[in-house]
Amino acid sequence: MDFPYTDKVLKHFKDPQNMGEIKDADAEATEGSPACGDMVSLQLKVNDDKKIEDIKFKSYGCASNIATGSIITELAKGKTLDEAKEINWKEAADALGGLPSKKAHCSVLAVDGLRAAIKNYEEKHGLITNKEPTTIEDIKKKLKHVMNPISGLDIVKTDLVQDITFEDEEVTVKIDLPTDHQFANNIREEIREKLEPIHDIEKIEVTFIR
Amino acid sequence: MSDENNIYLDNSSTTRLDERVLEEMKPYFFNTYAVASSEFGYSLGIKAKKDLNKARKRLAKRISADQNEFIFTSGATESSNLALKGVVNQIDSDQKNHIIVSEIEDFPVLNSAKTLEKQGYDVTFLEVDKEGFVNLDRLEEEIKAETILVSIQHANQEIGTIQNIEKIGQICKSEDVIFHTDATHTFTRIPIDVNKYNIDLMTVSAHTINGPRGIGGLYISQDTPYKKWIDGGYQEFNKRAGVVNIPGAIGFAKAAELVTEEENERLKDLRDYLIDRVLSEIEDTTLNGPKEDRLPQNANVTFHFVEGESITLHLDMRGFSVSTGSACFSNSLEASHVIMGIGGDHERAHGSVRFSFSRYNDKEDVDKVISEIGEVVEQLREISPLSE
Repeated sequence: MDFPYTDKVLKHFKDPQNMGEIKDADAEATEGSPACGDMVSLQLKVNDDKKIEDIKFKSYGCASNIATGSIITELAKGKTLDEAKEINWKEAADALGGLPSKKAHCSVLAVDGLRAAIKNYEEKHGLITNKEPTTIEDIKKKLKHVMNPISGLDIVKTDLVQDITFEDEEVTVKIDLPTDHQFANNIREEIREKLEPIHDIEKIEVTFIR
Repeated sequence: MSDENNIYLDNSSTTRLDERVLEEMKPYFFNTYAVASSEFGYSLGIKAKKDLNKARKRLAKRISADQNEFIFTSGATESSNLALKGVVNQIDSDQKNHIIVSEIEDFPVLNSAKTLEKQGYDVTFLEVDKEGFVNLDRLEEEIKAETILVSIQHANQEIGTIQNIEKIGQICKSEDVIFHTDATHTFTRIPIDVNKYNIDLMTVSAHTINGPRGIGGLYISQDTPYKKWIDGGYQEFNKRAGVVNIPGAIGFAKAAELVTEEENERLKDLRDYLIDRVLSEIEDTTLNGPKEDRLPQNANVTFHFVEGESITLHLDMRGFSVSTGSACFSNSLEASHVIMGIGGDHERAHGSVRFSFSRYNDKEDVDKVISEIGEVVEQLREISPLSE
């Protein structure tokens, strides 16, 4: 039979590795959301040497998403946090023997998830020494992880973000949608979720301007 | 019963050809292969023309149309393009510039309407309710003095909703606007009488009824304003240029005749059997589309907390062909506009699976797919962060 994926992708899809949850996880992260499509959650167990002792994932997604989740846990296990941070999409895709380029956005979630989980660990354990003031660019970067459910691409790329202001620890994000749009609440919640962990943000205002 | 290694349940996409259709087509490839010629042409061409018109008559009869009102095309996509653009181009004026289509139309109508919109026409994309039905009061409200045409499908390609086209036809007639309907999925499955239903134009196709691909038809009533817009020869009453696909036309007529009331009842039973078993045996499932007024060959269910492409790939590896409305499955990476149109969100489209049947399916196929899909969904839910 002719399947659209490599044998390696199919193997990880059929029999995902490190699937599930860690009970007393040291860090965790979720990327994507059900309203937008794919979603990946990752949990880490980190030892005293800052090595990833255990890693588990769950996926609500397509074949590429599941296979990338599986391979990324294999790649990260046993690595130090600093080493694991360097794992990128290309490396994951190569380890799978290649992925269709169209499926990049489904599979990149697992990579983002791993990085976010590591960041979550570092934030929890006070490992982020570099507390420079957040810039509009930093905020924009975070917003690139919020999906536009209408298109399945992020809200920055699809020009839904009209304006960002940041002053006195207060962020205002203007979204080019009507307030009563079916996805308005969803987008607002996701923006809050992404911006809340930033150390110098106290208040988040999301306004719908159309 | 399908092929030994594959159970094909994607018959709304296309169907396997019936051998009896192929047999009837064969002579038109090897013996009567001339183009249909005028009565003053040579004998082979005259014979071809005679047989082409016989096929036309057989098909026209099925919808109670006159044979002069039925033209052959290359398929449903061409038929709907000819219909919408042909009518609008003929009537176009400053006073008449508005058309209405439902928002869950299949791509030929939907994208023709979008093209016309780009060209400056005023287009209303009529919303549907949560089962996919057009609100007839809303339709009446939307029709105005400027309205040229209403195009509302007979039944939906994904969720099977059958519209009340008799009532829609009445509304269009009383408001004096032209009515086109896309009957790609209902032709021969549900009785259609173009006169009784006040239909002015209708799209039909052979490939959905175990006929050949590349042949379709367009019914155009005698008095419907229509402009031919693909230039070429004078074939098909000077409404559609190009050498006519005679083997296809013969096959289309045969395929239509092979669809019986008994077969349609059998498909309905398969549909209801699948829907009832899936909804009662697998937790967290939602039927997309209505229970009643539904295409005989169509079932569509959302399996919550899991993604459709993952389901279809697992099923494919186990020997089943089905399709999904998930964005991940489509080339455009867009979620089904039909599921979104019935008020669904991405989550609902994401886990939607369409099962569509034909004469080559039986109850055993349904039993098999249900036991496999039960396993697949359970396995995927185990790894899903959404299900606890």
